[in-house]
Amino acid sequence: MLAYADEGLEALGDATRRAIFEILADGPRAVGEIAVRLPVTRPAVSQHLKVLKEAGLVMDNPNGTRRVYQLNPDGVGALRAYLDRFWERSLAAFKQAVEQTTEEEEQ
Amino acid sequence: MSTQTVNTSVRSSVVVDAPIDKAFTVFTEGIGSWWSPDHHILQAELAEMVFEPRVGGYIYDRGVDGSVCRWARVLTYDPPNRLVFSWDVSLQWQLETDPQRTSEVEVRFHPEGPERTRVELEHRHIDRHGQGWEQMRDAVGSPDGWAVGMTRFAGRFEGGGS
Repeated sequence: MLAYADEGLEALGDATRRAIFEILADGPRAVGEIAVRLPVTRPAVSQHLKVLKEAGLVMDNPNGTRRVYQLNPDGVGALRAYLDRFWERSLAAFKQAVEQTTEEEEQ
Repeated sequence: MSTQTVNTSVRSSVVVDAPIDKAFTVFTEGIGSWWSPDHHILQAELAEMVFEPRVGGYIYDRGVDGSVCRWARVLTYDPPNRLVFSWDVSLQWQLETDPQRTSEVEVRFHPEGPERTRVELEHRHIDRHGQGWEQMRDAVGSPDGWAVGMTRFAGRFEGGGS
């Protein structure tokens, strides 16, 4: 929906950024910890994190010598972005389920 | 629509080729047929999802080990037109037991023909999940400290109050 195509949601238009976002939804992670879970380089992960951070979805905290990233709980941007994608996928699955059972009944 | 509403809500809609009664029944009692089986907060693997079709009922997940997680309260049940349920899941993906910190989901069903239904969903008051978060963060300090704090907090509910 256009009304929700704000910066945060646009940042999730990229599959790798969505993957990073979902990894961080499980808990805070350092860049290296994210990179080992994805088929992309560490600098690429850093670049994606920068976009997510600028969109307000992710924040970083220095923790000693390493920097830890987490979803940004200030405001509601990250949760909204997550739920937006969640419901979009869920309603698509719902459509498939309801149309399938309707077809079966007609047969 | 106010900006406030937009910022704290997520909306989604879909048109299905099915009569309204069917759409409502599949959405509610048939929730297990379409809900992503990965999206639950049980420790165990998901065995089934149950939607109790009445105000005051719950939507709950049952794990293969028999554990139960009642993650939504049915607030409005008006078949086949309207449904509202709470979203009792915290930002930490734990069951939220404080109703003040839960959001809610409204689902409306509109007939667009005898075999066609538009389903509009609004997940609103998302900001309620954030209430108190900053205080908790400030109190505990660093993200690691916060994680340790949460683990201790959770530990208080284990081991029978030891």
